[in-house]
Amino acid sequence: MAVIDPSAGTVFPTPGAQNYLPSQPAAGDLTDALLATDWWTDELVASAGIPIVDVPFVSVGGGIGSFVTADYLRIGGVDTSQIRILSALDHPWETYEYLTRVSQIPRGERLRSDSASRPDNIWGFPSYAVSEAWRSKNPATLWQVLVEPTFADFYTPKAGFVFEQIEREAKRIRYDEMLAKGLVRVVRRRAGGGYFTILTPPDGATATKRLAFRSQYVHLAVGYPGLRFLPDLQAYRTEHNDYQHVVNAYESHEHVYERLMTTPSTVLVRGGGIVASRVLQRLMDDRLLRGAQTTIVHLFRTFIDGPNDGTGSSTPHPFMKRKGADGWAYQGFNYPKSVWGGQLKAEMRKLEGAERAAKYKVMGGTNTPYRRYWQQQMNQGRQEGWYQLAIGTVDSMTPHHGRILNQLKTAQGVYPLEVDFVIDCTGLEADIAEHRLLKDLLDHGGAGRNPVGRLDVDRNFELKGTVSGNGVLYASGSSTLGGYFPGVDTFLGLQVAAQEIQADLAKRGFGKRIGTVRSTSQWLKWFSGKQI
Amino acid sequence: MLPTLNGRIQTRIFMLVVLGGLITLLITPVLPGDPGYSMTYTVLATVLVLGVGWELAYHGLMQWRWEKDWPTLFGLLNAINEGLLVWVLLELGVVPGLDSGVPLSTFLVMFLVIWVFIWIWTNGPMRIFNIRWRFFGGRLV
Ligand SMILES: Cc1cc2nc3c(=O)[nH]c(=O)nc-3n(C[C@H](O)[C@H](O)[C@H](O)COP(=O)(O)OP(=O)(O)OC[C@H]3O[C@@H](n4cnc5c(N)ncnc54)[C@H](O)[C@@H]3O)c2cc1C
Repeated sequence: MAVIDPSAGTVFPTPGAQNYLPSQPAAGDLTDALLATDWWTDELVASAGIPIVDVPFVSVGGGIGSFVTADYLRIGGVDTSQIRILSALDHPWETYEYLTRVSQIPRGERLRSDSASRPDNIWGFPSYAVSEAWRSKNPATLWQVLVEPTFADFYTPKAGFVFEQIEREAKRIRYDEMLAKGLVRVVRRRAGGGYFTILTPPDGATATKRLAFRSQYVHLAVGYPGLRFLPDLQAYRTEHNDYQHVVNAYESHEHVYERLMTTPSTVLVRGGGIVASRVLQRLMDDRLLRGAQTTIVHLFRTFIDGPNDGTGSSTPHPFMKRKGADGWAYQGFNYPKSVWGGQLKAEMRKLEGAERAAKYKVMGGTNTPYRRYWQQQMNQGRQEGWYQLAIGTVDSMTPHHGRILNQLKTAQGVYPLEVDFVIDCTGLEADIAEHRLLKDLLDHGGAGRNPVGRLDVDRNFELKGTVSGNGVLYASGSSTLGGYFPGVDTFLGLQVAAQEIQADLAKRGFGKRIGTVRSTSQWLKWFSGKQI
Repeated sequence: MLPTLNGRIQTRIFMLVVLGGLITLLITPVLPGDPGYSMTYTVLATVLVLGVGWELAYHGLMQWRWEKDWPTLFGLLNAINEGLLVWVLLELGVVPGLDSGVPLSTFLVMFLVIWVFIWIWTNGPMRIFNIRWRFFGGRLV
């Protein structure tokens, strides 16, 4: 069974974490002397009885970010023996599939990124739309990418197809040979250059409790530092010991939909992003297609009803006008499209400090794609009265005859709302310091924070301040949001980072430059499915 | 994923010179109206020079779009405005270096073949040869 790593401050479980949690004092553990020292010598590690494994490059996490980075390195000619991926996961898509499944994107549903965002293919060609058309012998998806977004919704791939293709690529690059199972406790700089990465393998897998990976390069792709509940919801859950009626979209909550199928009920949905859209679609599908009698109250904290930008201004600059209506801010992907290569990417690359933070704010803010199907459902729901909107916050929540009594604080005053279930779709991300490994890097590894408070990486995704002799520590993904490149926490963003990291490593002599000849020959291998 | 102004201009020049040049070389002998190479290459050069101006115009229009993008379909349909302008200038006889008029059929076939070919190429196969291109705003240098 999966459990929640208590140190992670998160609502989603780490697979098998109970097997990694410290149990008894055992041989080869971290000592106080080690924990108190910023720069470790080989002798210090050896004296603690921790075995040392030498490998030039380790990637911590083993999710999508580690996968695309390993993919780039393998295509750049690095052998599997030179790379170790330290992870609790068996498959790179595992955490991602968990999060998408519970937030109502099961394998048959479509994700949010575009046709060329392909974690299994560094070229993004052929794109998913082309592959899907080829597979299904149906040109519909080709037509869709041709006319998107003007005459059709943006094409996005099905989750299941994405996972199958990552599986194919993982086999092709022999991902399993690089995988070392375990949770990473700390990364510390090594006196003399490089790093020690301390892994806690599953109980009983090794003779000692920890293993030390001694490497010149380290890459961190640990995903979300933690996804949290809204504090008021968490308080209600613990105070009333009710984990059934108040749920987070990022935890398994299928029981809610099951109850709704049998018992007419009212559900309060909180949040205005993609997850709220997906949860609403599930509720509305169940009502419209499967006969549930659910009434939905949708609470927006910020209600958007017209052109907007991320600062909440109702009169945004004519060049910074995002569409919005009925509470939602509409945007195809989680950033404006040009952050992945276009104008916004180029602009952000030059900004520092407060200016950068301000730019993030303008293009940020919660948003969701405008999908024609959702619009129809919501319109019908509004007309028939079973989809209601509320604007404001929740003052208090109390149990009331098996239901939950919310005091809604709105511009018109406080009024009571009784519901059967609350689904929190606000997707609050935890501070990076709540992640044990990242906190350790801030405290002992020389890492610092960027203008929006996350890990401060350079344009090559090197974690600033952590250099150790000839060694480099890189980071990508959500924990680095706020850097010179904005779209980090997306498939494409992870690939942008991987490309920079691979190029940087090739310059340092680790792997080869991927120029036209290598790129072309490697693409042909990818296309024919040849293992490398 | 999306190009910058600089990248669009670079890509356009590269595509028209390399791909456009190659296609012109191959198709000129079989084009209707029996044109000579000097005529077809002059037309190609005209498309190229005006194209840089068009890019500036598209860039201005793009600013009104939140995403700062230029959908794939627009890239295909821009053949209409760009083709028309070239044709009008040819008809007015203001394109230097042409001794005789260009037949409409010659122009249409040549222009559309090159346009569609480059449009497909930049929206896909180009990425095989240069992995940095799509993330660096379509810049080649
Ligand atoms: C619901 C949802 C939908 C999304 N949809 C899209 C989409 O459609 N398109 C898109 O481009 N992006 C999408 N994203 C964003 C992003 O692409 C994914 O979250 C992606 O999985 C991020 O990859 P990652 O490697 O950073 O994190 P993950 O894939 O989560 O992998 C990180 C892994 O590191 C592990 N880890 C953490 N700490 C340690 C440690 N100390 N030791 C060992 N392992 C550790 C974690 O347990 C986790 O398994 C979505 C995100 C969410 C939440």
